[in-house]
Amino acid sequence: MSALLAIVRRDLLLAARRKSEVLTALFFFMIVVSLFPLGIGPEADMLRKIAPGILWVAALLSAMLSLNRMFAADHQDGTLEQMALSPTPLALLVGGKVLAHWLVSGLPLVFLAPVLGIQFDLSARALGVLMISLLLGTPLLSLIGAIGAALTLGVRGGGVLLSLLVLPLYVPALIFGAGAVEADISGLGASGHLALLGAQLALALFFAPWAATAALRIALE
Amino acid sequence: MNNRLINWFKFASPQSFYPLAGKMLPWFVVLTVAFGLPALWLGFFVAPTDAVQGEGYRIIFIHVATSWMSMFVYCVMAFWAAIGITYNTRLSGMLTAALAPTGALFAFLSLWTGALWGKPMWGTWWVWDARLTSELILFFLYLGYIALTAALDDPRRADRAGGILALVGVVNVPVIYFSVKWWNTLHQGASVSLTKSPTMAHTMLWGMLLMALCLWMYTIAIALYRVRAIILERERHTTWVADLPEVKA
Repeated sequence: MSALLAIVRRDLLLAARRKSEVLTALFFFMIVVSLFPLGIGPEADMLRKIAPGILWVAALLSAMLSLNRMFAADHQDGTLEQMALSPTPLALLVGGKVLAHWLVSGLPLVFLAPVLGIQFDLSARALGVLMISLLLGTPLLSLIGAIGAALTLGVRGGGVLLSLLVLPLYVPALIFGAGAVEADISGLGASGHLALLGAQLALALFFAPWAATAALRIALE
Repeated sequence: MNNRLINWFKFASPQSFYPLAGKMLPWFVVLTVAFGLPALWLGFFVAPTDAVQGEGYRIIFIHVATSWMSMFVYCVMAFWAAIGITYNTRLSGMLTAALAPTGALFAFLSLWTGALWGKPMWGTWWVWDARLTSELILFFLYLGYIALTAALDDPRRADRAGGILALVGVVNVPVIYFSVKWWNTLHQGASVSLTKSPTMAHTMLWGMLLMALCLWMYTIAIALYRVRAIILERERHTTWVADLPEVKA
């Protein structure tokens, strides 16, 4: 457990030293979300309808932007090999890296989203549901993304390839995440969607570090 | 000495599988034709014209079979990927790689014929129906597998990384299917119902089953053909490949 915390602390420190990388992904999220009203038009009714989907799609894209870097630097300088050799299970260390990735690129989205949601004229209640759905969904994005990041480690054109691998797997998260907000707006209640999102998170929490570890070991051979 | 009838692991070696695949190949080609001709005959000449849909419905014979096969081939790929990861056999990865293009082709054909069928029947090329959407995502999963294995230069790494992706994908396929299904029912209700098909004539059912069998045999034949090519390509430095009569000639 202390190894996991050490990894998290180290990755957070590294992220704090390279603030621009983190901030770029967040600004990307804000800009993409703000572009949609410009493209579609400012009618409040329409914006309210499309807001959950747009915020969620933008969250998928911005979480994906930073996936490349999850293992790349450690792979280049050999840290990853040392991690694989260490007595601590690699899956635990991978879990630490995923947690750090989520803290840096997922958690800020949870707090940014309601501010951007106001632009789309969402009610306070819908904003709350949006935050909960992102809180459950963004860790899922980091977990599934870790598998893709590990598989494309050191591959030429890895960034585009990563999106091709990961985005289809993000579909359920998108459906239930955006669906929760829409269900709440339409008065159906969001609990069912949120429960399914939570179930996916539980599954991914168990399987994803394991699959990512297997993929890392292949890349390290 | 082992007392089993066939030692399966013997054929896990490309060297011993190559001639076996060569021997099986013509039989599966024959079976493809043997199932395919009656399927086409049933589909085009015997099956009655549909009361509602006219002649256009006949696309069902190829459409349903390609949809079934696109899902089935992905499961077979995942099966070989699991075998490859468990036993670390080289041939499994080659088989997975040999199946992927065919699976992607079936997924594409299924979408394409579905669009062609949808236009006269529903008046639109595409609806965001659960089945269509999940078939589209399945097509993307195939493309992801092919792109990943193509981007990795080392064939062994490509096989194993692709294997993990295929396994992750096969776990996700039911999740994706049900999520799309629930998303769909929430959004558009029952504007188009694919599930409530009218009771089918027996000849139609037979035509579809025979066509599915034909495509199944075709898949095996083409995968064997492709795996032979992959074996030759990867083992070209070995003496047994150099000694093959077809290589010498």
